[in-house]
Amino acid sequence: MPLPDAATLAKRERIIAAMRAIVPGGGVLGGSVIVETDALRPWESDALTAYRQPPMLVVLPETTAQVSAILKWCHAENVKVVPRGSGTSLSGGALPLADAVLLGLGKFKRILEVDHEDRIAVVQPGVTNLAITQAVEGRGFYYAPDPSSQIACSIGGNVAENSGGVHCLKYGLTTNNVLGVELVLMDGEIVRLGGRHLDPCGLDLLGVVVGSEGLLGVVTEVTVRILPKPETARAVLVGFPDAEQAGTCVAQVIAEGIIPAGMEMMDRPAIHAAEAFVQVGYPLDVGALLIVEVDGPAAECDYLISEIARIASENGAATSRVSTDEAERMAFWAGRKAAFPAVGRISPDYLCMDGTIPRRRLPEVLRRMEELSAHHGLGVANVFHAGDGNLHPLILYDANVPGQLDAAEAFGSDILRLCVEVGGVLTGEHGVGIEKRDLMPVMFTDADLKQQQRVKCAFDPDLLLNPGKVFPVLHRCAELGRMHVHHGQVPFPDLPRF
Amino acid sequence: MLDPRDAQDLAQIITDAGARGTPLELRGGGTKADFGAPREAEVVSLTALTGVVDYDPAELVLTVRPGTPLADVQALVAAEGQMLAFEPYGAPGATIGGAIAAAVAGSRRVTAGSARDHLLGFTAISGRGESFVAGAKVVKNVTGYDLPKLMAGSWGRLGAMTELTLKVLPAPRCTVTLMAEGLMAEAAHALMAAALGSNADVSAAAHLAHGITLLRVAGFAPSVEYRCNALPKLMTAHGTFSRLDGAEAAPLWHEAMTGNALHGAIRWRVHLPPRRAPELVARFGTQWAMDWGGGQVWIALDDTGTALREAAAALGGEAVLMQAPPEMRTRVPAFQPRAPGVMALEARVRRAFDPLGVFATARFAEDAHADQLPA
Repeated sequence: MPLPDAATLAKRERIIAAMRAIVPGGGVLGGSVIVETDALRPWESDALTAYRQPPMLVVLPETTAQVSAILKWCHAENVKVVPRGSGTSLSGGALPLADAVLLGLGKFKRILEVDHEDRIAVVQPGVTNLAITQAVEGRGFYYAPDPSSQIACSIGGNVAENSGGVHCLKYGLTTNNVLGVELVLMDGEIVRLGGRHLDPCGLDLLGVVVGSEGLLGVVTEVTVRILPKPETARAVLVGFPDAEQAGTCVAQVIAEGIIPAGMEMMDRPAIHAAEAFVQVGYPLDVGALLIVEVDGPAAECDYLISEIARIASENGAATSRVSTDEAERMAFWAGRKAAFPAVGRISPDYLCMDGTIPRRRLPEVLRRMEELSAHHGLGVANVFHAGDGNLHPLILYDANVPGQLDAAEAFGSDILRLCVEVGGVLTGEHGVGIEKRDLMPVMFTDADLKQQQRVKCAFDPDLLLNPGKVFPVLHRCAELGRMHVHHGQVPFPDLPRF
Repeated sequence: MLDPRDAQDLAQIITDAGARGTPLELRGGGTKADFGAPREAEVVSLTALTGVVDYDPAELVLTVRPGTPLADVQALVAAEGQMLAFEPYGAPGATIGGAIAAAVAGSRRVTAGSARDHLLGFTAISGRGESFVAGAKVVKNVTGYDLPKLMAGSWGRLGAMTELTLKVLPAPRCTVTLMAEGLMAEAAHALMAAALGSNADVSAAAHLAHGITLLRVAGFAPSVEYRCNALPKLMTAHGTFSRLDGAEAAPLWHEAMTGNALHGAIRWRVHLPPRRAPELVARFGTQWAMDWGGGQVWIALDDTGTALREAAAALGGEAVLMQAPPEMRTRVPAFQPRAPGVMALEARVRRAFDPLGVFATARFAEDAHADQLPA
């Protein structure tokens, strides 16, 4: 991280006073502005707990006007700000800085409007992902993106991270399900991007704000699309002798025109860990397990399940079970959904990676991952969003054994380099954050990264919002804006430049 | 007209234009050349940058060069039983790069997303003459800013794409259109809202002013059969339906998604909250067509005023001037102006890609400050 700025630390008392003037009110645990050392400790990390740093202070506004005033003041005083939703980021996107205000959106809890006829919901950013579905399910609707942390993660955080979920192959990521946001820029200006209808005029600024990891602005309101809940869902659990056959089965399902609602793969270590944890009857003598879920009218589900069972059998399936009722379908998922805690039981610590690869390279990637596992002396269990090629290798280590955290991180970096080498990416859904920041040059050239940073400069030219995340090198905006001048003449002299 | 043979050539042209202070207009097939204000700019044709770079149907990913004809791309994926799910359309000669740059999306857009939702990655030459890559060639990726979203619908104002990667999806094996007749706009909108809000998985819904309402049901045959039987039962309050096969339905859908059959010299395309569509059409004659369940309305008029744009804004929508004589296009910006703060932010983002204004041709006059040619 950048070194804390001494001048900022020196004026901490003045910053606290300014924040208290903007967000008054007492209440529990220091009220809306948290400054005591003990009270700051719960805020020192997000879900990437390997990184910890207590913030300089926490401020918890309740209105857009307050957010605007906070940012405006911090901008004028050159104070950095780290926005935070529910703190469930797996990439350290909300990791505090010692010299920054941590801006928590947890008090933005209201569902402002549901319009079933136009199929939208307008919500505040602190509303949890699941709460949106709960607010609309009475009329048969739901909010489709379903990250595994959906009970806790906020929609504002989902927008920042462009969160996915097991159903995103069919229903898309957050970006495909958001229609508009109210956004406060670092200088306090409030803008509305998008709104209540499709395809607004002008540049798709909303599209670049979604997934910008809190670097471009602070979201204070979100308009999402809601979808009619499918009539029913069914799942089939298929065991294969090895992952290669499971992979060819996945490819054939898609080649035959089927986009399942979810298609998850687990390797042998993950199957064993999950079964030991939840005992749902996963076959233990297989090399790979596939859960394929389809949703829609019963007639469609029946047809697709029979097709998938046929394709599985053509690809050498060793075992196959179709869910006969809702309880059995949930049991199939119970093991997959418990995979992370299950691995947590067999290993004191684990590191969850998140690369995406072209699916056809899966056998090769798994083979080389085994070699890396031997090289680094650490185990790995794989769960895999098989439909879209998003791998979640879980690297097993013990933080209490000196050197193992470093080895796990080196192993993780090697896996992500491998993902890029075969044509994939560093992160499919968890974000770059602090975790994968220094690997960005593996995937992007200097020119690519500078172009992205120039977009950052258009939103936040002083680089005050969530600095130290995503980009490995912080270039000053003036330096990025520099351009060649030919014969002493600047073309278009009346254009504004930064 | 400049006609670069390859990406290197193109980079040189852009660098030179920056040095000379000559604005460039990027062009694919030129089928949308009459969109926006008349302008004087040197045209760069991208039609020599053609061909498929990579296509692996099972990966659902296609990488092509921008000058490839749209029809060729659609034929290529159709041969593998796949489609561009946002249903882009264009006049003969339209290119894939042009369809993406103009964010063209057909009737399926309401459920399947637009060009923005299917552009996974690209390589482009910025206004600095630099080649850069954004996004990726896999379907699931959140690494770095989602610049493909910005590029889709940017009308060649950020950079010149040299390669683009699209998400492709299986084409439905079977498609049936259910048609209701004789409904007024209000009732038709209610029907479309009920159908799109039902779990019968309707993939498109449109209504034509001559009283024809269309619902598209697509998928595997057993499911389509089931849903075509179920829908009319869910919709008994909305009248009766007849079934159209693909050939019967195609011209009607084309009419709804393009507005091409409407009579009038001035053609507007309005995007608005669907529930407001009946109010809008009630005020502007008979030459209109609703798509996207009412979320997109085409209106043709002979009046060269801007009352329609004001009415659209009052209903929470935005009107785009799609076709008009040069005089009107000089006077009325193609896109509805946004709030000043948003316009300023857009201008800063454009400058982030194009600091010298190489791609600023005065075609989009709503933002005069950033797009005016130098005096």
